[in-house]
Amino acid sequence: MRIGLKNWYKSGEPWVWLNAGAVAISIIMVVGLLTLIAIRGLGHFWPADVIQANYIVPGQESKVIAGEVVESEEVAVQRLLDAGLPVSAEQSEFLERQLIKVGNRDVYGSDFQWILPAFLQGPELPKNIMVVERREWGNFYGFLKEVREGDQAILVDKPLWDTFQQRIARAEGIHDAIYEIEKHQIGRINASLERLRLKERRLELESTLTNAAQAELQLERAELQQEYKQLEQRLGELYQQFNQDHFVAETVDGRQVTLSIGSVVRAYQPNAMSLLGKIAHYGDKVWEFVADDPREANTEGGIFPAIFGTVMMVILMSVIVTPFGVIAAVYLREYAHQGVVTRMIRIAVNNLAGVPSIVYGVFGLGFFVYFMGSAVDEAFFPEALPAPTLGTPGLLWASITLALLTLPVVIVATEEGLSRIPRSVREGSLALGATKAETLWRVVLPMASPAMMTGLILAVARAAGEVAPLMLVGVVKLAPSLPLDGNYPYLHLDQKFMHLGFHIYDVGFQSPNVEAARPLVYATALLLVVVIAILNLSAVAIRNHLREKYKALEV
Amino acid sequence: MKPYTSKYSSIVDFSSPALKRHNMLRHFKDKLARWGVAVGGVGVIVAILLIFLYLLYEVVPLFRSASIDSVATYSLPASSAEKNLYFAMEEQAEIGLKLDSNGQATFFKTNTGSVIHTETIPIPEGASITSLAEADPATHVLALAFSNGQVVVFKHEYDIQFADDNQRTISPKISYPYGKEYISLAEGASFSHLALRDTDEALIIAGSGKDAFVVKAINKEENFLSGEVTLTEQLLSVPKLPGKINGLLIDPEQRWIFAALENDHLAILDIKDKDKPIINAVLDVTEDGSSLTSMHFLLGGISLLLGDSSGHINQWFFVRSETNEWQLKKIRGFQLGQSAIVSIAPEHRRKGFVAADAQGNIGIFYTTAQRTLIKQSITDKSVAGIAISPRANALLVENQQGEVSYWDVNNTHPEVSWSALWDKVWYESYSEPKYIWQSSAATNDFEPKLSLMPLSFGTLKAAFYAMLLAAPLAICGAIYTAYFMAPVMRRKVKPVIELMEALPTVILGFLAGLWLAPFIENTLAGIFVLLLFMPIGMLLFAYIWAQLPGSIRHRVPDGWQAAILIPVVLFISWISLQLSVPIENLLFDGDIRHWINEATGLDYDQRNALVVGLAMGFAVIPTIFSIAEDAIFSVPKHLTYGSLALGATPWQTLTRVVLLTASPGIFSALMIGLGRAVGETMIVLMATGNTPIMDANIFEGMRTLAANIAVEMPESEVGSSHYRVLFLAALVLFLFTFIVNTLAELIRHRLRKRYSSL
Repeated sequence: MRIGLKNWYKSGEPWVWLNAGAVAISIIMVVGLLTLIAIRGLGHFWPADVIQANYIVPGQESKVIAGEVVESEEVAVQRLLDAGLPVSAEQSEFLERQLIKVGNRDVYGSDFQWILPAFLQGPELPKNIMVVERREWGNFYGFLKEVREGDQAILVDKPLWDTFQQRIARAEGIHDAIYEIEKHQIGRINASLERLRLKERRLELESTLTNAAQAELQLERAELQQEYKQLEQRLGELYQQFNQDHFVAETVDGRQVTLSIGSVVRAYQPNAMSLLGKIAHYGDKVWEFVADDPREANTEGGIFPAIFGTVMMVILMSVIVTPFGVIAAVYLREYAHQGVVTRMIRIAVNNLAGVPSIVYGVFGLGFFVYFMGSAVDEAFFPEALPAPTLGTPGLLWASITLALLTLPVVIVATEEGLSRIPRSVREGSLALGATKAETLWRVVLPMASPAMMTGLILAVARAAGEVAPLMLVGVVKLAPSLPLDGNYPYLHLDQKFMHLGFHIYDVGFQSPNVEAARPLVYATALLLVVVIAILNLSAVAIRNHLREKYKALEV
Repeated sequence: MKPYTSKYSSIVDFSSPALKRHNMLRHFKDKLARWGVAVGGVGVIVAILLIFLYLLYEVVPLFRSASIDSVATYSLPASSAEKNLYFAMEEQAEIGLKLDSNGQATFFKTNTGSVIHTETIPIPEGASITSLAEADPATHVLALAFSNGQVVVFKHEYDIQFADDNQRTISPKISYPYGKEYISLAEGASFSHLALRDTDEALIIAGSGKDAFVVKAINKEENFLSGEVTLTEQLLSVPKLPGKINGLLIDPEQRWIFAALENDHLAILDIKDKDKPIINAVLDVTEDGSSLTSMHFLLGGISLLLGDSSGHINQWFFVRSETNEWQLKKIRGFQLGQSAIVSIAPEHRRKGFVAADAQGNIGIFYTTAQRTLIKQSITDKSVAGIAISPRANALLVENQQGEVSYWDVNNTHPEVSWSALWDKVWYESYSEPKYIWQSSAATNDFEPKLSLMPLSFGTLKAAFYAMLLAAPLAICGAIYTAYFMAPVMRRKVKPVIELMEALPTVILGFLAGLWLAPFIENTLAGIFVLLLFMPIGMLLFAYIWAQLPGSIRHRVPDGWQAAILIPVVLFISWISLQLSVPIENLLFDGDIRHWINEATGLDYDQRNALVVGLAMGFAVIPTIFSIAEDAIFSVPKHLTYGSLALGATPWQTLTRVVLLTASPGIFSALMIGLGRAVGETMIVLMATGNTPIMDANIFEGMRTLAANIAVEMPESEVGSSHYRVLFLAALVLFLFTFIVNTLAELIRHRLRKRYSSL
C-alpha cells in the first residue's frame, strides 16, 4: 500500500514523527551523557598498556618515548602544517593525533605530549617497563635497575621486582605510622593547646584569671609540650627509616634517576599483568579513589574528604529540614484555614523551589554568616575574637542554607502526601473519639510518612548536587581536616569542608594541571551522578508504591 | 460527684477522675499540638519571607541620600582677621588644619576648635604670601608663592602613636620635602595664582601674576646605583595665553596645564614636550551670562570640576576624538543653587565632591552616578573654605566671618543610582557613554563601573539560547509523550526525564566546558549540518516507513515511534559529524571559525553562547517537559474522543482541541523553564568565559547576574557598595523568577479549574 506524499502530509503523520524524534533526542542525550561520564570515569582506573617507540619527526632528532595513550583525535592536516609539523598534505585531508601520558614530570617538564602515530617507529609493549605512582611529580615510566638500602645496593637471589615491592610495602607501613602521628596525635595536641589558649583568654575576659588558674594551665601546657617532644622524636626516627631506601631507574631515553622509595605509592608493570592482576589493580585504584585523601593539588589520589564533607552536610541539612518542612506542611494542610491566604502561601512556597540557588547562597552569606554568625561569636565565643568562630563560612551555615533551599521540596512533597490521604480515614479516627492531634500523630502522619521520605530523598538529591550557594557559605577546595574527628567537641560545625560538586568545579576549572586531573573529575562526576540517580530512582519507587497503596484505600 | 448511671455503667465509667485527667491531658496535648504546629508553620513561612526582606534590607542603603549633622560650631582664635588660604583634615577627622595669609598653620581639634599646635611657614624678608597651591589632597603637599617670586614647598603630616592603654595620640607637623630653601620661580614677580604637581619624575610649578606666566619643572633623576636623586631645573617657554589668568591647575600626568582666563575661557596647555609647550585649546566653559568662579580636579586628576557664578558645577574631561586628538569635553553638570560656587572639595577616595556657594549652601555630589546626594543651607554667610576628611565622613566649613562648623557626614553609597545601574554612563577616559561592569581594580583612584546592563543582557542571552534548544524539544517531546506514546513506554520515559532534571548542574557545566566546548570547536560545521539533517532525516525515514508493507509496520505497535527513531537519530548524528571535516574543507576553506570571522566579522570564543545554550537547554528541557506533559495529559479525554468521533485525524485533534485547551499550561511551562535558565549559575560559570560584554553573537560568551555573584561575592568587602550591588543583583534574580513563577502558577491554577469544570 503506497501513500502519496500529499496524503501522507495531510494525515499529520510527519508531525507525529517529528514529535517522536524530540523524545528520542532527549533520551539519547540523557543516556549518552551518562554513558560518557561512565566510560571516562571508570576507564581511568584500568591499567593501560605502556607503549615504547621511536618517535621520528622528519628533520628533527629522533627520540624514544614511552607512555599511555590517553586520547586520540583526527586533525586537519592544514592545522598540523600551521603548527610547523612536516606532514604531507597529499595523502589525506586529516591525520590521527594522539595524546600520550609520558609522565616523569621532574625529568621532562610536562606529563603529556601530543604525537602523530604516523611518525612512530616500531611501537612495542616491553614487559618490564614499570609505572611508578608517586606522592609528588606524578607518574614515573621507566625500567627498574637497582634497589638500594642507604647507599648499598641490595643483592639477593630473588627477582629485583619482588625486592622492590617488598620495600615499597615497608615504606607504606612507615608512612601510615607517620600519618597516624602527624594527623591524629599531633593534631590532638594542637587542638588541646588551642583550647587551653582560649580558656586562658576567656578567664582573662571574665577577669578571673588568678595565679592558681594560670599555674594550672601552665602545667597542662607543659605536659602537652612534653608529649609533643616525644612524638617529634619518634617522628624523626620514623622519617629516617622512611627515607632509607632508594631505587635506581632508567627512563626510556636512557637517563638514570635515583628516587626515594618513600615517595612511591605503588609500582606496577602493566604490560606484564594478567587479566586477574589488572582487575585486582583496578579494584585497588577504585578503593583508593573513594577512601584516600587527595594528593598533588587534588589531581591524584582519592576524594574521601569530599565524600565525607558532602555526607556530613547532607545529614545535618536533613536533620534541620525534615521537622520544619513537615510542620509547615501539616500546618498548611491540616490546621490553616483553607482560604485565599493559604493558597497564596502555597503558591509562594511552590515558587521558592524555582528561585535560583545562588540567591540562597547570597542570603546565607549575608544573613547567616555575617549577621547571625558575628552575633553568635560575640555572645558565645568572645575569647577567640577577633578571629571569627561561627562568623565565617562553615559547615553549619552551609547546612542551614541548603535546608532553606530544600524546604519547599519537603513541604510540597509532604503536602501532596497529606492530600492523598482520604478524608474518610481522618473522619473515622475523629469519630472514634480521637483528638485532632492524636489523629494526626497516629493515623495521618504514619500514612504520609512515605511521602515525607520522598520529599527528604529529593531534598537530599538536590542538596548533594548543589554547588553555587555552597561556594559562598563554606566549601573549600582543600580542607585540612574532616569536620568530624577525635578532638573535642568532635563535630566541628564551624569548619569549612570539601564537597563533591565543588571538587568537580575546582579540579576541572581551577587546577593548574587540568589535563592530568580530567579523568579524576570524570570519576568524581560519575560517583555524584550514581548517588543522585539512586536517590532519585528510590524516591520515584517510593512514590509509585505510595500511589498504589492509596488507590487501594480509595476503593 | 454523681456517678453516671446507665445499664453499661458497671462496664465503663467515662467520668472517673483518672479518665477525666487523661482526657484533660489529651485535650491539652491537642491544644499544644495545634499551637505548636501553627507557630512552627507560620515560623517557617516567615523564614521564607525573611529572604526577601533581608535582601531588601541590604539593598536599601544604596539608594539613601546623604545626611549631615552639625557637631560643633566655633571660631578659631587667629582666624578672624586673616584670610583662609587652606583648609584640611587628617585621616581620622580629629584634627583640622587652617593656613592663613600670614603663613600660620593652625592645627586644631575639629570637635571643639581648641588649638593644639601652630607653626609658621617662614616668609622671605620683606615679602608676603601671594598665593597657595595644592598638589593632590591625598599627598598633603602644598606650595606657597611669595611676592618676591619665590616659592616654598611643604607638607602637613600627622604622626600617630599608641600609648600603653591603646590611647591614640596624633601629633601634627609641617615638613619640607624639598628643604626649607625657597625655589625661585621668577625674580621679583608676584604670583597671584600658583599650581603644583609632584611626581617621582618631576616637580612642576606654574605661577601667574600681573604680567608673568611661568612654568618651571624640577626634574628628578635617580642614580640606579646609589639611589641618590639629582634635581635639574628647567624653565619652560610657555606661549602667551589670550587673557589674564584667574586660576591654574596641573594634571597628575604632568601633561596638561589648565588656566582659567578672566574672560571665562579655559586655556589648555600641552606640556608633554617640555621643550615646546603648545596651546591645545581655548574653550568657552561657561553658559551665557555666568562666569567661572571655581576650578578643581576630581580624584585621579582626569576630570576637571568647574563651578560658575550661577550655581552650576560641570565635569569636564579629555575625550579622544576620531582623529585621535584629545579634546576636553563637558560630560555632565550639577546644580547647587543660584549663586556663585566658591569652593569645591573632591573626596579623597571616591569620585564624589562637595561644593559650597556664596549663600552658604553646600551640596554633596557624585559624578559617575550623577547623583546629588544632599543640598543644604548651613550658614547664612558666604562660605570661605571647606574641607572633607579623607574617609569622607566629616566636613569642616568656614564662613566669611571666620565661624567654623564641623559636620558629621553620612554618605556611604553614593556610587549607585538608577542611571549608574541601568543607563549608559560616560566613564572617565572613554570616548562615549557605555554600559560597563567593572567593579574593582588595583588602583586607588579607580572609577567603579557598576552597570547591571551587560550582566542582565548576558543573563537573557544565555536564557534565550537555552530556550531556543529546550522549548521545541521539550514541548514536542511532551506532546508526543502525553498524547501519542504507548503507556508502557511512557512509564519508562518519565523516570528518565526526571533523572535528567536531577542531574547536578555542576556536572553539566563541567561537561560543557571541558568536553562539549572543544568538541563543538572541532566539529562546528558538523553541528550545523546536524541541525539541518536531523528533521529532514527523521521525516525521510518516516516517509519510507509509511511505504513499508504492513507486515513490517504492524510489528511495531502504535506509540512506539520514538523507540524506532533512536537508532535513526544516532545514525543521522554520526553521519553529520562525519561530514564535518569534508564540509569544512569544501565550503569554508578548511577552517569554519576563520571563515565566520572573515565573512561576518564575528569573533569565536571556545566557550560561547552556543555551548551554554546546549548545556543549559539540557538542564531546562526536563522542567518544561514535565509541566507541559502534565498539562497536555490532563486535558479531559472526552474532548479528544468527541473530536476523533467527528472524523478528525489524531493530529487535527491535537492541534485544534488538545493544544488549544492546554496552551496556558504549556505557556506556564515555558515561563518556569525561563525562570530556571535565568537563575542557573554553575553551567554559565563553567561553560563561558565570564566576560561581561554586550554582544548577541552566538559565538561569544557572556557573564550572567548569577555567575557574577558567584565570582565576585567571596572577594567583596562586607557592607561596601559593591557588596550591596551584588545583593541587588540577587534581589533582581529573586524578583524576576518569583514573579515569573507566580504568573505561571496562577495560569496553571486557572487551567486546572477549567478542566475540572469541563
